Order: sequence, then structure tokens, then C-alpha cells
Amino acid sequence: MTGNPYVGSLAWLTDPAHWSGPGGIPLRTLEHLGYTALGVLVAALLAVPVGLYVGHTGRFKGLAVAAAGAARALPTLGLVTLFALLVGIGLTAPLLSFVILAIPSLLAGAYSAIESADPATVDAARAQGMTEWQILTRVELPLGMPLLVGGFRGATVQVVATAMLAAYVGSGGLGRYIFQGLGSQNYPQMIAGSLLVIALALMLDLALLLAQRLATPRGARTA
Amino acid sequence: MTIHSTRRHLLGAFGIGGVALGAAACGSSDPFAEEDGTGGEGGASDSGSGEGGNGGTLAIGSQAYYSNEIIAELFAQVLEAEGFTVDRQFQIGQREVYMPELEAGSLDLLPEYLGNLLQHYDSEAESASPEEIHSALSEALPDGLRVLSFAEASDQDSYTTTSDFASTHSLVTIGDLAGVDEDLKVAANSEFEVRPYGPEGVKAVYGVDLTVVPVEDSGGPLTVQALLDGDVQLADIYTADPAIAENDLVVLEDPESLILPQNVVPVVSEKVDEAAAAVIDGVLAQLSAEDLVELNRQSVVDQSSSADIATGWLTEKGLL
Amino acid sequence: MNWVLENLEVIGGYTGAHLLQALPPILVAFLLSLPLAKLANARGWLRTSVTTTSSLMYAIPSLPLFVLLPGLIGTSVRSPVNISIALSLYGLALMVPTASDAFRSVSRDVLGSATAQGYAPAARFLRVELPLAGPVLLAGVRVVAVSTISLVTVGGVLGVPSLGMLFVDGVRRGIVAEIAAGVVVTAALALLTDALLVLLGRAVMPWTRQREVRRA
Repeated sequence: MTGNPYVGSLAWLTDPAHWSGPGGIPLRTLEHLGYTALGVLVAALLAVPVGLYVGHTGRFKGLAVAAAGAARALPTLGLVTLFALLVGIGLTAPLLSFVILAIPSLLAGAYSAIESADPATVDAARAQGMTEWQILTRVELPLGMPLLVGGFRGATVQVVATAMLAAYVGSGGLGRYIFQGLGSQNYPQMIAGSLLVIALALMLDLALLLAQRLATPRGARTA
Repeated sequence: MTIHSTRRHLLGAFGIGGVALGAAACGSSDPFAEEDGTGGEGGASDSGSGEGGNGGTLAIGSQAYYSNEIIAELFAQVLEAEGFTVDRQFQIGQREVYMPELEAGSLDLLPEYLGNLLQHYDSEAESASPEEIHSALSEALPDGLRVLSFAEASDQDSYTTTSDFASTHSLVTIGDLAGVDEDLKVAANSEFEVRPYGPEGVKAVYGVDLTVVPVEDSGGPLTVQALLDGDVQLADIYTADPAIAENDLVVLEDPESLILPQNVVPVVSEKVDEAAAAVIDGVLAQLSAEDLVELNRQSVVDQSSSADIATGWLTEKGLL
Repeated sequence: MNWVLENLEVIGGYTGAHLLQALPPILVAFLLSLPLAKLANARGWLRTSVTTTSSLMYAIPSLPLFVLLPGLIGTSVRSPVNISIALSLYGLALMVPTASDAFRSVSRDVLGSATAQGYAPAARFLRVELPLAGPVLLAGVRVVAVSTISLVTVGGVLGVPSLGMLFVDGVRRGIVAEIAAGVVVTAALALLTDALLVLLGRAVMPWTRQREVRRA
């Protein structure tokens, strides 16, 4: 192996021994994806309904903005260590932290999606006799869908880059390579782990970007 | 094995450029410098009165480990009492970071542990008696660095289990684990996986199969809790950890000496002269294994600061 | 709580070190993003590659970057300069696309009429384009500030003094109050900086306040 850790990381990545078994790249990547998906989905269950409500009624907007801002300001490493001390090792502590990390983007995505609908369009729908629920689900939500998906995109990229912290307190994921590389000064392995996280983040980002494009209602697309 | 050979290369590639700049940067923005009232430069001028003779400030480092910081604080306080000027640069994360600084002379004194320090310079180092490791260290250390004498107190990796688990399976030594008929998991820092005394070593020496559950708190409360909760059957808990006695844990014996002895040993630069070395030796001569556990207990249970803990112990031993 | 009261000095020292590492990157990211965004906007392909590079940058986990950067730039791992440079890169990754959007949102007609009124390019930029892009730029800086202040803590794992040291020491000693203090003070610093930026924005862009009032 050469002295350059970056070159070394490529050798590490292309070593077939690292691509199989319980500690292999495919399994660790799946774990990493699983933690990310779980974190974002749980956050979405909490944040999206609240965001839709805030966006539709215009109530509690200030509170939602403040909550999102406060959640953004919390350092994730501190949350993971704090929760781990309180609930023990395993997935609970990092997952709670990922949920808090994902909430601001999702909340902002949801309320700005609903707000983005032209008030004239909403009034027209109301004049046609649509119920508030119908306005929300048939008019505001479809029109704002790209922004909502954008919220998912932001949350996902943030969580996927942070999900390495799961390995700090007893779980798996690509963070295992990073922490073990750091602890044993195996920098090629640490870089390889980081490259895998970056690749995963980029793929998710591209996939959600595509979803964002597809989510634009046909009638609202600019030719 | 490639793991260990690359680390040197990396040190070569990363270390050299960084040292000089690092030294300048650390001195200016270390929050401890002010807090301790020993502003580095200011103190240097009046250190002529010190017995150190060569008139410089001794920069004392510590690992990012509360117990190591307490030992560093012990050194700092006795040296100050003897008229030396010291600059505390505590809580440095990694050996790969502070050893180059010692080599470059931006740190002068740091509490270390025999086995780990030797393995840093010789990854193939086999386990041996503390005396043998101490003399091997004198060979292995780069020019300009040396180790002083080591203390009785040690803080080494261990295979520790609950007393319940030990009595259920009649466990005394690590080798007894071979008779346990369940999947054995050990909570430890993730690098434990690749250490010579990790799963591979245990498999080779004792014929025991283990999987590592990584918990990055170096045998701290998360690791202990995982053991008590039954998430794992074993944990790598350092032997000076007060949690062992508090939770009635059992440290499995290691008759084949797989795990290297980790007695406390100071590594020093040339700036630590014989007068200073004698002062430090005076501390280590009195630091027993029980003392170290007690010092750690005051940090973890009483939540006292390292400075207060050090003052208390030094006063009790008549060193202050 | 006792731990916090007995260690106010320690917390204070880390808070100072924390700010020293966090504030320069916020400023650097803001100042550098302006020319970079102008440059990117001048060429379509550049703009695309800037956006791509930014999302790539932002996906890099911070801890490995802090360890690897010194090898590339010649600082020591423990040097706060290292953390500040790494955080400037993250800040730029957030700020350049925002600044690019901000400048694009300024109408070409407005710029054209400014030129017609006799504004020299530099003056046009400072007196017309920058103020009009201001609100979007401010929103970007606020995100950069909050994210930077929170990310500084990661250096604590490597022994770079910051509030993050309280997490590492606290988890090792099992002191919940120590970690909680780190989280709370970090968040407070971030929110305080954010509030100051809002006030600063109102001071230098008084017209935005009027707009808010009118809308309300």
C-alpha cells in the first residue's frame, strides 16, 4: 500500500474482502440507508402534518419558524451523547437525534409548500364550493408538492451525512468504518467510509431531485 | 497488518507540515491557559526562581480522558509547588496528535501508559512484564523523548463481565469463555476490533469467538450500562474504572498475558531535567492502583474537577 | 446542575474558544460567496457545477474532514485554524448557491436602468445589486451561522477546545448536566448570533422592515 491515504482508500474500496460478510460494505450501506429512512420518516410523521396545518391556516407560523430554528441550532453530537446516557446504547438515541435534525427542513418544506399556492387560486377553489380539506389535498398540496419534496431532500441529505453517529453508540452503518479508522489510525479505511457516505448522499440527492421534478403537476409545469 | 504499516506513512505525510504551525496556534487559543492563571509567556520570565534551571515553561499535556487529566494535574501542581512554571494543554484527543507535538518540543510532559505507548511505536510489540516493556520503550522512543519510571497504578483494557454471568458460567479466566454456549458480544471502542488483544487475539490464544459492539466512550458509562442491561455479555472496561467495584463486575483473568500491562508512565522531552524528573518520580512512587481508582471515583461520582482532586490527593500524601 | 455551577469558568473558556472558531468561517463564507456567485452566474455551466460541488461538499461528514484537512493544508489537527478552514468550506457550500440565487433574483431591467442613470459597475454593484439581493443573502448567512456554530462541536472529539469537549468529557464521566450544558450553550450561541444577524439586517436594510410591517 502506498503512503498516500487517499490512494490507500481506493485500494481499500476495491478489496473484495470488504464487500462481503456481516461487516461488508453492502450490509453497512443498507444499515446506513435504513437509519436515514427511519429518521426522516419518523420526522415526517411529526413535521409534515404540523407544517400543512400551519401553511393552510396561517396560524402558529411564528412558533413553527422558531421551533425549526431552535432545532437547527442543536448540535447533533451533543444530542446523541445526551440521549445515549439517558436511554442506553442502541438505535434509540441516534434515531431521536436524527429525527430532531430532520424536522426543520421538513417543517419548512411543508408550510412553504402550502403557502406557495397562489391565494387567488385558493379563493377560486373555495368559491367553487370545495371544503377546506379538499382545498388542502386537491389544490394546495399538489401545487406545493415540489417544495414539500424539497424539504425531504434537504432532510435526507443532512441525516445521511450525520447517520455515522449511530456507530458512536453501538449500532452499525457506514460510521463503523469511520470510527474504527479514526480509532486505529487506519486513515484509508476512514476515507473510504467517508467516500461511501458522500456517494450515498449524492445518489439520494439526485433521486429526490428527480422526484421533485416529477412532483410538479403537469398543469403547473413551465414548458 | 497493512493497517499498522500505513499509519506510519500517514504520520509522515500529515505530521511534519503540521507541527510547527500547530505549536504556534495551540499556545494562543488554549482556554485553559488563562483559567489556570499561568499565561504561558507571562509566567516564563519569572521562572528563573524555579529549580528547573533552564528557565523555560514546561508544557504539560493530557489525553482527552478524565483520568489522564487528573494525573497530568498531579504533575502540574507538584511542579508548580517546586517553583516550576507550567502550561496546561489538557484534553488532547489522540496519540497521533500529541506524540508529534512532544517530538517537536511543543509539549514537554504527558502521562502515558506502558503498553499503548510501546504499540504506538511498535505495532508488533508482544505482551511482556511492565519492566520489559519499560526498557523496550526506552529503545523505541524517538531521540529527544524518554520515559520516567512507571507507577504501580495501571489502567488497562480488560474483559469484564457481570458477577451474575461469571457465576452462572463459572468464569474466572478469559479462556473459560470457550465453554459458554451462546453468542458472545463485547462492548468496546470500535478500534478494539483490530487490536492484538481484540477478538482475533482472544480466538488465537484462548479459542473464544467474540463479536464487538462498538461504543465509543472508552469503557465509560454507556459501555457499563450495555453490560448491565445484558445488551452484551462482556465489556472492555479499563481496570482503574470505579464502575468495576461499584457494580460488582468481574475482570476475567488473563493468564496468557494477552493484554499488555498499562502502568502509568510519563513521557517527557529534554526540557524536563533531572530536578523536574525527581519531582514527578516522587508522585508516581506513591500512586497505587487503589489510589488511581479512588481519584477516578472522585471525578465520576463526586464530579469534582481534576484540579481539586489532585490538590486533595497531593495534600493527603504530603506532596504539597 | 451542581456541575454547571462549579464549572462556569470551564464553560466560559470553551464558549470563547468556540466563538473564535465559529465567527471567522461565517464571515469568510459570506465575503467569498459574493465574488464566487457573481462568477458562477456569468456562465451557465459554471453555475451548474457550483451547485453540484456545493451539494457534494455538504455531504462530506465533518469528523473525517477535520482529520484529513491538515494533511492538505499543513495545519495541525488540534489547531483551531483547521476547524475554521473546514467550516469555511461548509459555509461556502451553503452560501454560494444562495448568493447565486440572490443575484439572479435582481431584475435585469433594474440593473439596466441603474447603468443608464450613470452608475459605474462597482457603484452599481454596491448601491443597487447588493442591497436588492440583501434579504436573500441575509437568509443564507443566518443558515450558515447556525450550522457553523453547531458544527464546531465536532472538533471536540479530536481535542480542539470548544463546547464539544463537554460532550466527550461528559459522556466519559457519565455527567448528564455537562452534556446538557454543552447542548444548551451551543444552541443559545447559535440563536443569539441569528438574532443579532436579523437586527443587523434591519439596520443596514431598513426598507425590509417597512415591507414586513406593511405585510402584517
